[in-house]
Amino acid sequence: MELNDIVRRCEDLYHDLDLTSVKEWKRRTGGKAVGFLPIYVPRETVHAAGALPVGIMGAGDDLEIIRGDAFYQSYICHIPRSTVELGLSGRLDCLDGFLFPAICDVIRNLSGMWKILFPDKYVRYLDVPQNFDERLGGVFYRQELAALFQDLCALTGRPASDEALRRSIEAYNENRRAIAELYRLRAEEPHRVPTYEHYLLMRASNVLEVTEHTALVDAYLAAARRENRPWRDNIRVILTGVFCEQPPLGLIRALEQSGCSIVDDDWVLGARYLREPVAAEGDPLDALVTSYLRRGTPTATRYIDEDAKGEDLIRRVRTLRAEGVIFASPSFCDPALLEAPMLQRALGAEKIPYTAFKFSENSGQLQVIKEQTGAFADSIKLWGAA
Amino acid sequence: MNPTPAVRKERSMELQKAMMGEHFKNLARAKDLGKKVVYTFVPGNLNELIWTFGMLPVHPEVNALQIGLRKKSGDYILEAEKHGHSEDVCAYVKCDLGMLKRGNIGPTGEKLPEPDLLLLSYTGCFTFMKWFELLREEYRCPIVMLHVPYQGDGRITPDMTAYVARQISEKVLPLMEKISGRAYDPDALREHLASSARAERDLVAVWESARNRPSPIDAYFGGVYYVGPVFSAFRGLPACEVFYETLRQEVEERVRNHEGPITPEGPLKEERFRLIVEGPPCWPNFRDLWKMFYEEGAVAVSSSYTKVGGLYDAGFRHDPDRPLESLADYCMGCYTNLNLPSRIQYLERCLREYDADGFLINSIKSCNSFSAGQLLILQELEKRTGKPGGFIESDLVDPRYFSAANIKNRLESYFQMIKAKRSA
Repeated sequence: MELNDIVRRCEDLYHDLDLTSVKEWKRRTGGKAVGFLPIYVPRETVHAAGALPVGIMGAGDDLEIIRGDAFYQSYICHIPRSTVELGLSGRLDCLDGFLFPAICDVIRNLSGMWKILFPDKYVRYLDVPQNFDERLGGVFYRQELAALFQDLCALTGRPASDEALRRSIEAYNENRRAIAELYRLRAEEPHRVPTYEHYLLMRASNVLEVTEHTALVDAYLAAARRENRPWRDNIRVILTGVFCEQPPLGLIRALEQSGCSIVDDDWVLGARYLREPVAAEGDPLDALVTSYLRRGTPTATRYIDEDAKGEDLIRRVRTLRAEGVIFASPSFCDPALLEAPMLQRALGAEKIPYTAFKFSENSGQLQVIKEQTGAFADSIKLWGAA
Repeated sequence: MNPTPAVRKERSMELQKAMMGEHFKNLARAKDLGKKVVYTFVPGNLNELIWTFGMLPVHPEVNALQIGLRKKSGDYILEAEKHGHSEDVCAYVKCDLGMLKRGNIGPTGEKLPEPDLLLLSYTGCFTFMKWFELLREEYRCPIVMLHVPYQGDGRITPDMTAYVARQISEKVLPLMEKISGRAYDPDALREHLASSARAERDLVAVWESARNRPSPIDAYFGGVYYVGPVFSAFRGLPACEVFYETLRQEVEERVRNHEGPITPEGPLKEERFRLIVEGPPCWPNFRDLWKMFYEEGAVAVSSSYTKVGGLYDAGFRHDPDRPLESLADYCMGCYTNLNLPSRIQYLERCLREYDADGFLINSIKSCNSFSAGQLLILQELEKRTGKPGGFIESDLVDPRYFSAANIKNRLESYFQMIKAKRSA
């Protein structure tokens, strides 16, 4: 598959707010589809129940919000508005169930709203533990996962099978392997993996069946390595804060155009929330629990019990030879905006440069941000090595 | 311009003032007294446990609201924003951080002690977690997370209770023993819990008095005073029981005399509108907002904000026979830990049981836990009960988000709507 074909396919999937590809998958397989909100749900349980997990990350700037705004005050972030708009306009009708993981009060309350607005759908709030002791949070989370898996199997009519779960874990391990390679290539040779393409490939993981997405990423990697693209004199940055509401595509392009090559990020974080492969032997739910407790990504919505705040970010800056950090926080996002000062203080202590701005998924005025990140890139180029 | 009239105070109010004064005095002298200090949040607080270990509780939201009432929160918020905190985020957090940056002088003008322990009771509010992560950065003291599951399906399962109780037993208790230097005394905890249950019984009697016409209480503006002791430092102590006995007697006397609630300008002469109020108050403009109600004869006969520290009117009581499990259920049962359908059911029940004319939502910019979904609550309640709903917006402690003219205008229209509905 040629590079352009892959990118075009991902563009089509990104803009397909009607979830045509999901409908096609359902028609082809006769399976059910289950939507989930950011950040992380164990997609293996959905997959093993025979359903297609579908990541819902709002509607970006592709949809005019009419009914969604009637449900939210002006001081609430944008993603729930566009999600409600997608639901009420019938675009999510093909989804048979919805999972709302514990991430913040807005998404939490959206789970209850969904129960009221869509009483015929399966809706579950997935409480992920903030206690990381296997005997406490681990036991609780296993109970949550067992109940979730039972529910999903009841929805699809499939038996709840450990063997099916192990196969799904293997499929997602393969996907984690491919995504890790994608991130590695971009970090090593950013000019080969433009940010725009990287982002679209990651977004495709929200709607494609996992093996199809793995194949797509592998095909992209092969094509990107073949392609002779010019080296760019950009600075290397880590982007953080975009784990839930997503920046509009134009903003993602603008960051790179302003002279910043993103070498790590937290968008579509659910697809790589578990940083290592999950054990495919033994009790599969235990394996998912252990991975969540021990190998989950430190992020604003996860209680950091022992490590100092910012330790993980600083380690990534060092490992990836990043020259700075960009904090992109969705407006009115308590997790991202309350986390940022702690991370910034940690970066400051290490003399790592950073810049920060706010956005919403339908931000239209990108020039100011572009100028800000451009000035940030220039300042690092001019004085960074001093 | 007329001076603001002095608030008429009943014995219970004087009692509460004395309790608060004494508590803050003890806090200011905590180190001299050899007392350890535990910071924790109001919803899902483990006061009985803190008292069992002879430690002193501090509730940062209570400090923030007290500072808001004294109209000092604006400066503290700006101070926090100067230190990099966004305009967009919770003003309680910023007020607390700003106060800390300015020397941690508490609402009574005395310096608050630094915490020996941060007890992160993670109940019904995501922001609590970030708040204590931020405080941990400042104080560098021990912290313990008590993860309290949300009632996503509208119920507390035995597994949820066991999870929270085990966290208390295996994480919270050992750390409290270590910090306080005292062994855990289950009998002392049972005594505190029994005391709590008695105070809770009297508080419920106060709430239920609002079924009378006229209601002898205002369950929102007056209600925030009524919940003071049980929500803050005193639940589980004899003084708290005395307060609620006294309050109950005062309220029962008003019922016998067919009197309405006490407002800052004396007893309400005529009850014209009976309302259910959803959402927290706006503390810096608390009396301005209250005045807009009592001038129109509007009385809150029930409110959800006064249930963030426990849904006692729905039957919950701390139970000395199952101490840790009871604390676990308490944590999970607070109002903001209910899912949206349960919140709507609760408000619907209040509308019917208290024979209210309508309901009013005070939507708070700072509080996503309360506010996200309130417009759906409005629609659903109107649909289910046929009662008119009103909607105003303000903030907990950020005075920049209080527009008196706008709110007054909306309230007047709302009261007109109720009248029109009555005569239809």
